[in-house]
Amino acid sequence: MPAPVASSPPATAAVFQARGLTKTYHVGEIDIQALRGVDLDLFEGEFIVLLGPSGSGKSTLLNILGGLDVPTAGTVRYKDHNLTEYDEAALTRYRRDHVGFVFQFYNLIPSLTARENVALVTDIARDPMPPAEALRLVGLGERLDHFPSQLSGGEQQRVAIARAVAKRPQVLLCDEPTGALDVHTGIVVLEAIEKVNRELGTATAVITHNAVIAKMADRVIALSDGRIATEHRNDTKTAARELEW
Amino acid sequence: MILAALHRKLTRDLWSMKGQALAIALVMASGIATFILSAATMASLQQTMDTYYDRHGFADVFAQLKRAPNRLAQRIAEIPGVAQLDTRVVVNVNLDVEDLAEPALGRIISVPESHEPWINGLYLREGRYIEPNRRGEVLVSEAFAKVHGLVPGDTVRAVINGRRDVLRIVGIALSPEYVYQIRPGDILPDDKRFGVFWMSERELAPAFDMEGAFNDVSLILEPGASEAEVIRRLDALLDPYGGLGAYGRADHPSHQFVSNELRELRGMAVIAPLIFLLVAAFLLNVVFTRLISTQREQIAALKAFGYSNWQVGWHYMQMVLVIAIVGAIIGTGLGTWMGRGLAVMYTRFFHFPILAFSLPPRVVVTAIGISMGAGSIGTLTAVRRAAILPPAQAMRPEPPANFKPTILERLGLQRLVSPAARTILRELERRPLKAAISCFGIAMAAAVLVVGSFMKDSVDYVLDLQFRRAQRETMTVTLNEPISGRAVREMLHLPGVLSAEAFRSVPARLRHGHSTRRVGVTAIEPGAQLFRVMDIHGGLVEFDRGGLYLSTKLGDILGAGPGDLVTLEVLESERPVVQLPVSGLIDDFSGLSAYMRLDALHRLMGEQDRVSGAYLAADDARTDRLYTELKNMPAVAGVALKKATVESFNKVIAENLMRMRAANVIFAVIIAFGVVYNSARISLAERSRELATLRVIGFTRAEVASILMGELAVLTLIAIPLGLALGYTLSAAVIASVDSELFRIPIVVNRTTYGFAALVVILAAVVSGLVVIRRIAHLDLIEVLKTRG
Repeated sequence: MPAPVASSPPATAAVFQARGLTKTYHVGEIDIQALRGVDLDLFEGEFIVLLGPSGSGKSTLLNILGGLDVPTAGTVRYKDHNLTEYDEAALTRYRRDHVGFVFQFYNLIPSLTARENVALVTDIARDPMPPAEALRLVGLGERLDHFPSQLSGGEQQRVAIARAVAKRPQVLLCDEPTGALDVHTGIVVLEAIEKVNRELGTATAVITHNAVIAKMADRVIALSDGRIATEHRNDTKTAARELEW
Repeated sequence: MILAALHRKLTRDLWSMKGQALAIALVMASGIATFILSAATMASLQQTMDTYYDRHGFADVFAQLKRAPNRLAQRIAEIPGVAQLDTRVVVNVNLDVEDLAEPALGRIISVPESHEPWINGLYLREGRYIEPNRRGEVLVSEAFAKVHGLVPGDTVRAVINGRRDVLRIVGIALSPEYVYQIRPGDILPDDKRFGVFWMSERELAPAFDMEGAFNDVSLILEPGASEAEVIRRLDALLDPYGGLGAYGRADHPSHQFVSNELRELRGMAVIAPLIFLLVAAFLLNVVFTRLISTQREQIAALKAFGYSNWQVGWHYMQMVLVIAIVGAIIGTGLGTWMGRGLAVMYTRFFHFPILAFSLPPRVVVTAIGISMGAGSIGTLTAVRRAAILPPAQAMRPEPPANFKPTILERLGLQRLVSPAARTILRELERRPLKAAISCFGIAMAAAVLVVGSFMKDSVDYVLDLQFRRAQRETMTVTLNEPISGRAVREMLHLPGVLSAEAFRSVPARLRHGHSTRRVGVTAIEPGAQLFRVMDIHGGLVEFDRGGLYLSTKLGDILGAGPGDLVTLEVLESERPVVQLPVSGLIDDFSGLSAYMRLDALHRLMGEQDRVSGAYLAADDARTDRLYTELKNMPAVAGVALKKATVESFNKVIAENLMRMRAANVIFAVIIAFGVVYNSARISLAERSRELATLRVIGFTRAEVASILMGELAVLTLIAIPLGLALGYTLSAAVIASVDSELFRIPIVVNRTTYGFAALVVILAAVVSGLVVIRRIAHLDLIEVLKTRG
């Protein structure tokens, strides 16, 4: 059994710098305040976990960082770039070149095999790894030509991770990656994410409402009602396979 | 950029919706097929006609007259704009054909012995041209030869100027003047009883006392010459010689029919494809709106990975284009096949040296363009929605639909309907637009069925009205020269004749304002019992006033209505010119007719009791003897049997119509299934989660199916009456598009046609329902509940 891994030292450079983010949705006649002034930094190679109950604003924050959504107010800097100044085309370019997404419900294209789902991303990326290599990285080297319907939930999620990392992104954003999975499968998926973070040095943010997963992070940020409630740094990170819930 | 994986998604998505995609492609194919059929046939016919006319010197201006000396030709040639002219002797004779009891009409046209005519030249199909100084040699028109099995070497007996003569056939020929070979005054070909012959002028002219004279002239004009001006001058020259009014190609009987056919094809090339492609575009819209909403999350994922809006939009547009192209390919194949069939059918009544069906590449390109255009227009909104779908929004599940109690429930009547029925009503009320769109699609199918079938009803109606109710004679006997009415009274004594009614007809020019028209004026006894004039509604024209009764179309052309004074120039006998009031307009079926009372015409002609012919009612059992008698009467120029007209009508028109109807019905059935099946499949797809949930909580398969089928049934039942009404409207549009000077068809839709349309739609609904019910059996209850919709 390996010793607990030492937490990364405070990272050298910030990948993301978010300041004063607010986001308001208009649903029908009601305004929903998803974010109410969030400041956040994410550093190179860092692994953070965003904790919080439903409706706390985690997904909105992640979507804004990933260029899927734009804040109502506040700024997001990605390295030297101000994402809040980007137009639709520039955001698309940004997502294509720098961001890897993993979603709770995998969002695989059902009509494409595992390899083809990954190829969907490598087709448009600048410097991708071969789809098979990405799938080997998540332990699916044997199931390249299976369709999503022929894969278990955990396997589908690992395809999704392979798809996210095949482009060698600078950041990996995971929204409840184990939310639809049982403990065992969830851990396999988390191991894959952990491995990507460690081996490729990809800055990683994982959203979860499962506090156990927070143990594997360098830093844990808890959101509540659209604000950052608490933030703490783990002195030691627990390996994914050690987790229990 | 090659997007291999996205292309694979494209092909697999298309494959997974192959049933729906094929249904849409087939609807498109139907539209494209009708387009190709019409456009390619039109192009083929036009090209064949142009080439034939050009190579064989079809004249530009034609005129018939009583008799003019050959020296007049020189003066005609001096008319500015005349490039070439040809004068001829053209006569009608009675033929005695061996295999025919009744007399046939032969038209003999004089040709030079030394060379083939330069104007209205002949195309020799078989045999040879006539040789100088050989008695009785003739060329015969192919249509007549074919139907009687005549070959070079055979003979035909003719009554030439009261004397029996033998015509020896040396060759079989075609002429651009007789592409559509009809007896003067007829609208349908009767190849059995009308034939054209070409004979040496040296032999023909003396037999009819036309030596050194002519009674027919054809002109070819110089490019840019004014046809109207040449006609005016030619008329002035010919008037003293009994000119019957010159006319251009537009009024040439054969050319008129060919160009009318071209016009109808042009109309058909627009209307039918328009209907089909509209339906196809609509189906694509429905299916793609649905597809894109089910793929919301896939779209979001694609965008999250960095696919641009344009790429996502183009991805879906490609699917549409694939379907459109498949539709265009199937449609082109089908249309070509049908076009070849139509070309073969045309050769039965249009006599060209060859009528080859050709498919010009531009027609195919246009077809593919139209197909892709219809597909793009149909899916533009859906695809645009996919393209601009904000990814973050797409990640969230769609908010639950907003349901309200239905009107029925608000009225407190909910106890009257079962929970399942309530679900159906709420679904329909919640999304009235979707319900309306589906309803419209099904209605369209019913409408196309009506449009595809009604023509038969209309034609049956015309046949019944015209040939049974209005015209009750057995035959029409035409005389060579107007003679005393006593001749008609004598006909009553011929074997088998039950009654006879005289008529007088004169060639004339009608003028009103700046409009002028050459017509034949037919005068009949008021209160006639055999030949009656009826409008398309079956209203009898009484002829109670002394003026002119004109076809509504003729009135339109002249700009004259009841009470207006028009100028009538008779082109016969003393050629009187009088002002006559229009006594009535007749909404009739065909041609441009002008009628008046017999006594009124006699008065203005300054004659007493002259007749041009008679309508006879005869005893069927004794017609053979009657024919023999008529054949031997020198005064008789021709006999037209009503039976033969109806026969030829049935052979030519009815058969064509039945074929077209069969094609239309097939297309309509494709639409009906395409629409109903797609609507049912989409309902199932949209509600599979809800239906699976119902199954999970204990609803039986039958109960779940009844919810879905109930919705389809309600939509279908609402759609059918709408569709029938829409069908009537579209039929009226089709009728308007084929309206011409030659034919006007009333819109008549029988109850059986409505019944047939409704039945096919219901059948389509039932079959589609069964297919969908089978799918309900395969609903994956667990999977549907596990993932979010």
